[in-house]
Amino acid sequence: MRIAGFLLLLAGWGIVLSAAALLKPTGARGAFALAGVGVEVMGLVLVIRSHMTPKGDRP
Amino acid sequence: MTEVASALCLVMILLVPLAALGLALMNTGLGRSRSAAHTMLTALCMVATAALAYFVCGFSWQGVAGHAARVFTVNGKPWSWTGAEPPFFGGLPLDGSAPSLVALLQMLSAGLAALIPLGAGTDRWRLGPACASSALMAAFIYPLFAHWAWGGGWLAQLGSYYGMGRGYLDAGGAGCIHVTGGLAALSIAWILGPRRGKYAASGMAAAIPGHHTVFVLASCFLVWLGWCGLNSSGAMLFAGVAPGTLVLVAVNTTLSGGMSALAAAVTTRARFGRPDASLCANGWVGGLVASSAGCAFMSPAVAALTGLLAGALVTLSVEWIDVYLGVDDPGGAVSVHAIAGVWGLLALGLFGRVPASQWLAQLVGVATLVGFVLPLVYGANWLLNRFLPQRVSAEGEWQGMDLYELGAGAYPEFATHREDFMQR
Repeated sequence: MRIAGFLLLLAGWGIVLSAAALLKPTGARGAFALAGVGVEVMGLVLVIRSHMTPKGDRP
Repeated sequence: MTEVASALCLVMILLVPLAALGLALMNTGLGRSRSAAHTMLTALCMVATAALAYFVCGFSWQGVAGHAARVFTVNGKPWSWTGAEPPFFGGLPLDGSAPSLVALLQMLSAGLAALIPLGAGTDRWRLGPACASSALMAAFIYPLFAHWAWGGGWLAQLGSYYGMGRGYLDAGGAGCIHVTGGLAALSIAWILGPRRGKYAASGMAAAIPGHHTVFVLASCFLVWLGWCGLNSSGAMLFAGVAPGTLVLVAVNTTLSGGMSALAAAVTTRARFGRPDASLCANGWVGGLVASSAGCAFMSPAVAALTGLLAGALVTLSVEWIDVYLGVDDPGGAVSVHAIAGVWGLLALGLFGRVPASQWLAQLVGVATLVGFVLPLVYGANWLLNRFLPQRVSAEGEWQGMDLYELGAGAYPEFATHREDFMQR
């Protein structure tokens, strides 16, 4: 889950970069960039969840 | 830059170490008394290591806008990815010129960024690995993003090549210094794990109060002075503002920090019945962080509003991260630096005196920090941890970092209680 989360973070960044580099300055560019940020948020949630120690295992 | 402007800029840069001193004191005060000397020494060593690493190769990667850089072309437009300066400040005239002032400010800023994770690692982060982590930050991670934002890199060029406002703007380093440092703090907190006794087996988080509230609150004044220097010198060197505009920068910095502290006081009073001193201090610093991005591009009223929201955001997120996410961050570094920094960057795009399309450049910057810098800084510290374990042993944690790593406590006249050394 952790690796998948980090891959999603990178994938989201890739979408944002692609939107910035390849799309013309219209509403679609902003929408693609926001979609990339959405993918990053999903990745961040996965990374956070993968680091949450299960109850009972805490030192 | 005129000689007067250079001299003024140099004075402002020389205030920046006060911000580092303030953060170090705050982290010390928020930690346990048995790790106080260790925290201060680690802060000093981390700043020293960062300065050395930045001198050796950090500046070479970061470069200066308009100087040599490594560039590749995408869709017919150049993307500058790293600087291409010689190592060891080679060929850089240290004579008060703009590039030499950039090098000095960046050396200190790299130290500040490297110091931020100490807030999350207090009471359990070993001295040696902390310095190694600091070197990684100052030599590779910080200069990379700083080149993109401040060294004429692709983020700075988003305006001229892609019509996104004025390109990514961050006069005082909300993204370059604070979000980068805050994400490193999150990585360190994850890698080290929580302090022993922080979370009960049932999952309930225990409050481990800081040992010196006076340190924590006094450090706010030092940090404020340091921030005025940081934001002013950054605004002159990276946003090209005239010396006269520094009054606006100082007013915005003060208003944002002040409103944030007041918002933290009101929020904690509403939640807990009384204002919480340490969270108010966190709020103060969070407001200063939020002011950094737009300090030269906001009206005072907008800066105050930015600080107001930063204070509430920091206060609530400290509790959320601690209780619900299970991240043990004694200094609140993730909330204060990462979350408030991201808010400051977005607030500039939404409410600053900038073109309407500026928000997209700021969003690309934030997406780069979360999507690229977080995996990079986590991966670097994870790898470091494989070769050089970062967390102190259980015995060291029970004994306290002062006695275990330094052989002497910060407060030798205080009685040491036997139960501190008993196995639990």
